[in-house]
Amino acid sequence: MIISSFFDIVLVVLILGIGASTIAAREAFAAIICFVVYGLLLAIAWVRLSAADVALTEAAIGGGMTGMLMLGAVARLRSAEGNDIRTSLPTRLAAGAMCALISAGLATAILVPPEVIPTLAPMVMENLAQSGLGNPVAGVLFVYRALDTLLEKVVLILALLGVWSLAPDGAWGGIPGLRVYTQPSRTLTFLAQLLPPVGIVVAVYMCWVGANEPGGAFQGGTILAAMWLLVMIAGLKRVPAIGQPWLRLLLVVGPVIFLAIGLAGMVLAGAFLAYPSGYAKPLIVTVEFALTLSIGVALGLLAAGPPEQAQRQ
Amino acid sequence: MNAATLFGLCGAALAGLGLYGLVTNPEPLRKILAFNLLGSGVFLVFGVVARRAAASGLGGDPVPQAMVITAIVVAFAATAMAIALLLRLLQETGRPTLDADNPAGTDRGNS
Amino acid sequence: MNLAFDILTVSAVSAGALFFLAGTVGLLRFPDPLTRLHALTKVDNLGVGLVVLGLLPRANGLSGALKLVSIWLLVQLSGAIVTQLIAGAVRQRGPHG
Repeated sequence: MIISSFFDIVLVVLILGIGASTIAAREAFAAIICFVVYGLLLAIAWVRLSAADVALTEAAIGGGMTGMLMLGAVARLRSAEGNDIRTSLPTRLAAGAMCALISAGLATAILVPPEVIPTLAPMVMENLAQSGLGNPVAGVLFVYRALDTLLEKVVLILALLGVWSLAPDGAWGGIPGLRVYTQPSRTLTFLAQLLPPVGIVVAVYMCWVGANEPGGAFQGGTILAAMWLLVMIAGLKRVPAIGQPWLRLLLVVGPVIFLAIGLAGMVLAGAFLAYPSGYAKPLIVTVEFALTLSIGVALGLLAAGPPEQAQRQ
Repeated sequence: MNAATLFGLCGAALAGLGLYGLVTNPEPLRKILAFNLLGSGVFLVFGVVARRAAASGLGGDPVPQAMVITAIVVAFAATAMAIALLLRLLQETGRPTLDADNPAGTDRGNS
Repeated sequence: MNLAFDILTVSAVSAGALFFLAGTVGLLRFPDPLTRLHALTKVDNLGVGLVVLGLLPRANGLSGALKLVSIWLLVQLSGAIVTQLIAGAVRQRGPHG
């Protein structure tokens, strides 16, 4: 008991310290490294809060993919000079006071919980057995709030369209400007040949096991995206042009299957995104696998950025 | 004070810290970092709400946890768009700044 | 038997933590990127390996134990590759590139 609270206290102190150094670091590169470490520490905090699925997602997307995006950005920003103007001291003091007030407000909300804590856990567990799932978070994501998950996937595609729309006119449909190793390095090639098979197995396992234990489509999709990015960055496979039909098909196969099953549910089970009884688990597993594929492609393309070269014919 | 309350206070502090960084840092990349910090602080507060609502043999209420998973993915999508916008700003103006005193383009002839 | 396992866990994890500490001190105090990389590899191999060894008695059966060992192997692999890449970049550009 005492040891676990000591661990929690040390973890919170570390998280706050790393968060402060992310804000206060002088160079952008140091701030990004601090941010990646912060993401990983936060994943441990999520485990302490008994939210293993969230911990996986935070470590994969919050720490890994976001860090990768930022490192790519800072590599390009290094050659440009920014403004060295720092905000004046009165502004910083006023902002600090306002943020302290907001933190105090949130802290008061935490310290004064309602007397009867509302919980939806009993309702979730009541009907979970009918769907054949063992993981309550997967149940919420794919059964109770399936509309949220469908729309979340659409949001990913919308963000991708937004990123693509920033391409210069001549390069629309062309090859994204992901920075790759032009002279392939033998060590990186070794890693890019050894790791992807392991990564693909882990991704498929995470998607499959997410029905009963912590895991799921998003975590597996992130690992797929990471393996694809590794192969492209090492120079083993060329970055595909975004106008290619197979790429766009892979991107939409997840939400299209999800939407089709939802519409079929209107006919077969009486409501949009309802599953006919007895077929819930196979349908959910199909949706999860299709989503893993689409999420992998979408996250990889989001990290690759807008197209910069026209497609070679 | 149990573990959930401690992490909740941590989340509140992180939200304030992220907001401070968002307001005071002039560089857009640092603003994006601070925005992510703010978001993760708010997610921690959600996680504490989920932890406190533990019932029926579960460690936490799964509904807020699922919402946080959705939120992490959406925050990543927003960050990706923000970074693409920042790089495009860099391409167009040569300087990664949102400074209003030197509007993009008018300063290019002088420097 | 349980007492022996518990002693193994505590001593192995403590030794692993000691290697983590040594590697971190090396990272902070060594003058050169190459020497710092040398300190970090001790963390990757011995630190994580000892922690995994200490956690093996508490794993969920054989599959859990194999997963722990594969985590250790993956950390070693990525650590070794990244060390090589950083060292190559340092050699190309000099220690302050």
